Amino acid sequence: MLIELNNICKSYYQGKDAVPVLFDISLNVDEGEYLAIMGPSGSGKSTLMNIIGLLDLQTSGLYKFDGQDVGKCTDNQLSVIRNKKIGFVFQNFNLLPRQSIVENVALPLLYAGVKKKERTERAKEMLVRVGLEERMSFKPTQLSGGQKQRVAIARAMVTHPRMLLADEPTGALDTNSGEQVMKLFHELNNEGVTIVMITHEHEIANHASRIVTIRDGRLEQGGFTEKDSKQEDNVL
Amino acid sequence: MLENIRLSLQGILSHKVRSILTMLGIIIGIAAIIAIVSTIKGTNEQIKNNLIGSGNNAVAVQLYQNDYPYDFSYQDTPDGIQVVSDDIKKQISEFDEIESVSFYRTRTYCDNVYYKKNQFDGAMFGIDSNYFNTAGYQIQKGRGFTSNEYNNSAKVVILDSTAVKSLFSSEDPIGQTIDIGTEPFVVIGIAIESNPFEPVINSEEDYWTYMQSSSGKMFIPSKSWSIAYKYDEPESCLAKAVDTDSMPTVGKKVSDILNTTIQITDNSEDQVKYQSEDILGQAKSLQDLSSSTNTMLIWIASISLLVGGIGVMNIMLVSVTERTREIGLKKALGAKKRRILIQFLTEASVLTSIGGIIGVGIGIGLAQLISKIASVPVSISSISIVVSVIFSMIVGIVFGLIPSVKASNLNPIDALRYE
Ligand SMILES: Nc1ncnc2c1ncn2[C@@H]1O[C@H](COP(=O)(O)OP(=O)(O)OP(=O)(O)O)[C@@H](O)[C@H]1O
Ligand SMILES: [Mg+2]
Repeated sequence: MLIELNNICKSYYQGKDAVPVLFDISLNVDEGEYLAIMGPSGSGKSTLMNIIGLLDLQTSGLYKFDGQDVGKCTDNQLSVIRNKKIGFVFQNFNLLPRQSIVENVALPLLYAGVKKKERTERAKEMLVRVGLEERMSFKPTQLSGGQKQRVAIARAMVTHPRMLLADEPTGALDTNSGEQVMKLFHELNNEGVTIVMITHEHEIANHASRIVTIRDGRLEQGGFTEKDSKQEDNVL
Repeated sequence: MLENIRLSLQGILSHKVRSILTMLGIIIGIAAIIAIVSTIKGTNEQIKNNLIGSGNNAVAVQLYQNDYPYDFSYQDTPDGIQVVSDDIKKQISEFDEIESVSFYRTRTYCDNVYYKKNQFDGAMFGIDSNYFNTAGYQIQKGRGFTSNEYNNSAKVVILDSTAVKSLFSSEDPIGQTIDIGTEPFVVIGIAIESNPFEPVINSEEDYWTYMQSSSGKMFIPSKSWSIAYKYDEPESCLAKAVDTDSMPTVGKKVSDILNTTIQITDNSEDQVKYQSEDILGQAKSLQDLSSSTNTMLIWIASISLLVGGIGVMNIMLVSVTERTREIGLKKALGAKKRRILIQFLTEASVLTSIGGIIGVGIGIGLAQLISKIASVPVSISSISIVVSVIFSMIVGIVFGLIPSVKASNLNPIDALRYE
């Protein structure tokens, strides 16, 4: 089991008032799964995704990532886990505009302590992989949206993480570019990479092997694979 | 680290105007400090050189009363002063710090020397055979005293070029006879300083500080002193130290041994004692005087650095806010706190170091300008340059600390969400 969420609650604090966003979420994701999270705007999808991606901590509940209790990790330990085991793809790409796309892709390797020469080599390999071998020396601003997102995927995968987290990866793309991204996701998933993807487009969600929906901070349907159906009774 | 510096430079270059404005305080502060320090150092070196002369390192040990040189031009020989014995002279010449030593008599002002109608009002020296060598004179014209003349009270005299000018107009002084007291002395040579040293005079004040006898000097054999002045007045000692720094030691040792020959007649302050002119001390007190006025300027420049530092902090805080998303992204990709902290600290210190380097450049230019306009000497030391650059780097680290800590403590998700 790669992801085990048990009774996760999340509240934001505005001054002293707690604004609850996620209520009692329990969700397990197996190694190699391809999961889509759907739900209306403001329902808490991104919030959940950030918790799964160790970018944010739950207010209560237990989250085990790859067997490790996330709540007990230090800031630096979380950084290391994110660096080695999780790749992020954002709706708005989040590339560093002043650096070349090779440098952008190599960035996670820098934090992993890889030597410069190897960093560049591996970054170029990934760029070839996503079909951008002819744009190596470009800056992100010289690329189209779809190309940018492919750079972002290359960056996410350059450390060969176990899991890819994507928050509306096709949200800013046209259908064609979106399809290219989905194709890449499929390839990665076929290689065994676990994918958790947020989307509100059904067509995109249908690429996943499982879909869960969040409404008003609650997990509405699915949530468990058949194997875990016993637990389902306890939780819901 | 190099990567960090490269990225910092990239960042600084991409905001040229802003970076320059941020550095301005540092630039002005460092430029001012470099200019002031160079001027102080130049002035101090000049003072030292003026007082010491051109590295001759000769120390004069004379009789003093109440801290003033005892002047035989106006005063009678005091009681209790003995003739300096050959044994004492030998002991002095054997000191390790002494290269050569000479004993001489002198009057700083003579009113009894005439050539025809012209009166000489410079200084008279009665010298032994070591004097010219020790004091750094050489014969320019004519000849020096022979040992016969030294030993047998010959009535011969050597003039320096100033004395020549004050007594003779166009005629050749060699072979002429001048009257000292009532006795005729024959001019046999003209002596000049081997390393003629002109003190650098920038003001009237300097003139009075450095120009002692502008009316020239005359030299006669020491043994002939009593012919010109009736009595053999007490001798002074001129000792050439092996280097400038041992001058005070030489002065002290020679005075001490000469003072053992004095019979104390008076236990009050009025007692006449051998003492050396403390040239280094004198230089130091003059230097202190010039430094103290400039210390204030350095404080003012430091305030400029402080203001510059605050400016850097301000811009760095803005920069952290501007780059919140970038910081969030880097943390999401696995950057640890320390890396973010170092990134921003590097940026701040690269910024201020560049400011420092520019400041040093401007400071050197400024110092040169000051030396041209105010004809004050400047001396730019490499130490002050290195210290300035390191110091501006430290300013960057100190004032960059708060923004950097702020950046490194950002929560990745808050940072990523930031619009
Ligand atoms: N930092 C925050 N402080 C307070 N409330 C927040 C914060 N971040 C999110 N929220 C609230 O949490 C709720 C869920 O937000 P979230 O971003 O998870 O929604 P979402 O499902 O991703 O929506 P969308 O599809 O529009 O991206 C929203 O009501 C939002 O106002
Ligand atoms: Mg969202």
